Amino acid sequence: MIPGQFDYHRPSSKQEALQILGELGGDAFPLAGGHSIIPMMKLRLAAPEHLVDLGAIDELKGVSIGGNVIEIGSMTTQHELLTSSELSQACPIIQETSALIADPQVRYCGTIGGNVANGDPGNDMPGLMQCLDATYVLESNSGAREVGARDFYNGIYDTALNEGEIVTLVRIPTPAAGHGYAYCKLKRKVGDYATAAAGVILNMSGSTCQSASIALTNVGDTALYAAEASDSLAGSDLGDDAIDRAVSLAEGITSPVSDMRGSEEYRSKMAGVMVARAIRLAAERAS
Amino acid sequence: MASTKVSLTVNGNEVEAEVDSRTLLIHLLREHLNITGPHIGCDTSHCGACTVDLNGKSVKACTVLAVQAQDGDVLTVEGMAAADGTLHPLQQAFMDNHGLQCGFCTPGMLTRAHRLLQENPNPTEEEIRWGISGNLCRCTGYQNIVKAISQAAAQMNMKEAAE
Ligand SMILES: Cc1cc2nc3c(=O)[nH]c(=O)nc-3n(C[C@H](O)[C@H](O)[C@H](O)COP(=O)(O)OP(=O)(O)OC[C@H]3O[C@@H](n4cnc5c(N)ncnc54)[C@H](O)[C@@H]3O)c2cc1C
Ligand code: FES
Ligand code: FES
Repeated sequence: MIPGQFDYHRPSSKQEALQILGELGGDAFPLAGGHSIIPMMKLRLAAPEHLVDLGAIDELKGVSIGGNVIEIGSMTTQHELLTSSELSQACPIIQETSALIADPQVRYCGTIGGNVANGDPGNDMPGLMQCLDATYVLESNSGAREVGARDFYNGIYDTALNEGEIVTLVRIPTPAAGHGYAYCKLKRKVGDYATAAAGVILNMSGSTCQSASIALTNVGDTALYAAEASDSLAGSDLGDDAIDRAVSLAEGITSPVSDMRGSEEYRSKMAGVMVARAIRLAAERAS
Repeated sequence: MASTKVSLTVNGNEVEAEVDSRTLLIHLLREHLNITGPHIGCDTSHCGACTVDLNGKSVKACTVLAVQAQDGDVLTVEGMAAADGTLHPLQQAFMDNHGLQCGFCTPGMLTRAHRLLQENPNPTEEEIRWGISGNLCRCTGYQNIVKAISQAAAQMNMKEAAE
């Protein structure tokens, strides 16, 4: 299997990429790690006339950690996220999630920008970014704007991105020192997309939960920020009752499809199980 | 759709080829350069039979465009043995430990294991299993592959210490 015909462009700067994408409009797709778009092109599920490879643009790569904000260039690979020692200190849930994505070969190529921009509900980074309340910086040849991860996804392969626009940066508010975190993913085998997955961040004060953030992967048309479930944990002791309440609020917003990963009902329940596991694990890790 | 000239290094040799934009790295290697060690198994980015080393990373050559390898440095299983034919310690260890049966997955396993040991010269059994989790084997049940990689690691470390 080979992809259909297309023209290949390899700009060496962001400016040049934005200009090419602006001129070509909807006929052009950015190419990041290629590990969603190339398989789709081989299967003729995508047939862009132009691919604009972002792989040679150094300014789109790298992790920078400031006092209150972590900035990750969109072309940073999962492998680079996993090997960033600064990131393991500041925000370990990112590495916990990256390690559950695909396999080593895919992680050497796949990028954070491609993962969040792809729009496949099976991708793990969108839910994680909603959990972390990240913002995406979107740029085109007519300027830059920012959209929150919680507002970015409209449906399957339907995001806030306009033609000619790319994600250049992912901006994450640094979680508070001592926060609890967990990304729990149920999958059939290594390299599989989630049957259901949940990311949880907790801020604790002694044994009381000050605030919580919960998001779900692959149990709806998009990743889902579970606002009510998150709010329900604030002020609680994270005891069984509190967790049960959050689980049922989270299950309530899911609308998975029945597929080879399980029935709708099963996947919804598994989202709940992942939420409960992630809350308990996050609570253990909080200090 | 014009063809593009790609220049790259494969197993230490500088090579050039005219390819379509849509030509995949695996086809550049197998069909243009006649380097048939990397296999096509699933052709859907899952099995790892097509794994080669590109610029110090293990990649599935069925999911990389040849044009993305422009100016790149590729290592396939053909480049692992020494010039005089002495097998690479990983190849020797696969032989010694019965780490292959039909051999279809082996070129991918070997190139992947090579990169794994570059990054982690002393992996635990679990690290080996995670490290080759993108490579499927239908024959061996993995036990002897894991054993072979761990023996090769020990041998390579011993050799390094001796030098
Ligand atoms: C075997 C296998 C298993 C996998 N398992 C998982 C998994 O468990 N979890 C998971 O999350 N993913 C999984 N993936 C997908 C993988 O993580 C992809 O790498 C990822 O979805 C896309 O990132 P990419 O950099 O490869 O993007 P590409 O494939 O290059 O691009 C994906 C899409 O996003 C667009 N795009 C890319 N970059 C940008 C940008 N900066 N701005 C705007 N648009 C952009 C492209 O035009 C394209 O439409 C798997 C893939 C494979 C092959
Ligand atoms: S042939 Fe490339 S991963 Fe199977
Ligand atoms: S030896 Fe036959 S597939 Fe691995």
